[in-house]
Amino acid sequence: MAHIKLNNELPGIRGLMAYRPETEVPLNALVELLLRDDNNTLTRGERELIGTYVSYLNDCFFCQNVHGALAGHYLNCNIEQIDSIKHNFQSTDLSPKMKALLSIAASVQKGGKNVTEEQIEAARTEGATDVEIHDTVLIAASFCMFNRYVDGLGTWAPQDRQFYVDRAPRRAEEGYQSSVYN
Amino acid sequence: MPYIAVEAHLPGITGLLEYRKDTAQPIRELTQILLRGESTLTEGERELIATVTSNGNECKFCTAAHTAAADIFLGETETSACIKTDIESAPLSEKMKALLVIADKIRESGRSVKPEHVERARAAGATDLEIHDTVLIAALFCLYNRYVDGLATALPDSPAYFDMLAERLKNHGYMRLPQGYDHLKKNQQ
Repeated sequence: MAHIKLNNELPGIRGLMAYRPETEVPLNALVELLLRDDNNTLTRGERELIGTYVSYLNDCFFCQNVHGALAGHYLNCNIEQIDSIKHNFQSTDLSPKMKALLSIAASVQKGGKNVTEEQIEAARTEGATDVEIHDTVLIAASFCMFNRYVDGLGTWAPQDRQFYVDRAPRRAEEGYQSSVYN
Repeated sequence: MPYIAVEAHLPGITGLLEYRKDTAQPIRELTQILLRGESTLTEGERELIATVTSNGNECKFCTAAHTAAADIFLGETETSACIKTDIESAPLSEKMKALLVIADKIRESGRSVKPEHVERARAAGATDLEIHDTVLIAALFCLYNRYVDGLATALPDSPAYFDMLAERLKNHGYMRLPQGYDHLKKNQQ
């Protein structure tokens, strides 16, 4: 049960977005730009993975499953493969650049000051651009907002993880702006 | 030194919002709705939520900026100073104290908010929408604080910068200035 009366049955952030349509607009615009806009040198799959990993670190069940399913959809991975990235991305076959960016995202999740010059240098050495570093930090910071919004108001989340996998192709196709009721 | 090449005359968040204006737009809109839009919480009260969150996250730039903004709206400096050390001793209503405690829990984690925190706010007269907006404002500042510090943005050279910034936040709100920020360059010399 959510901490406030949402007057709808929608799960996770969708219930909150239906409750407050005015703030839904910029929230979805932000996530659409960061995760789905094609004018980006990080793939959609890579950006979804950053969102998934931060949501996992924040222990937000709804967000890590929504975005984990989307990452899996784009990267052609199943739930188990996404889980193994969440649990220990260093031991996976992700590119050295993505590993460096995920390490920055993990520091952002703890707190902005945890990001070190060495981490930034390591990402640069692996070929990350300034914009990619910027977007990694902003995606991680944004999920620190979204995760807190979803869990801070006690929203409910479907426990069957296949629910999220089944929704992912349509979400990938239609984008975030139509995500609330569909 | 900031980790990415932001304009030298724009410390803190402003340089980042100018660095990537497309993502800045929805962040600015969200902030404008939450902190300046129609609400049963005053602008000063909402700035206090931003202040308590930024202070807990130890983000110097955001804490100084929103302290200054809160002080202008409230017309005094005692309340913002007080909430940074002890929310319960601040000269605030029981409702505001309860909402600031919720904001502080959000800062720790969404999962730190327990039914009793929400019950306390509701018993003191907080509406569902006020509780919702408190949570989202605190969550938004968890974004801002990490964005500002995660890219190692600079602090302004002089604390007087925050007084000027607070005037701007009071008079213009959070949307981008139509003329941009080039006029701030001369203040650097």
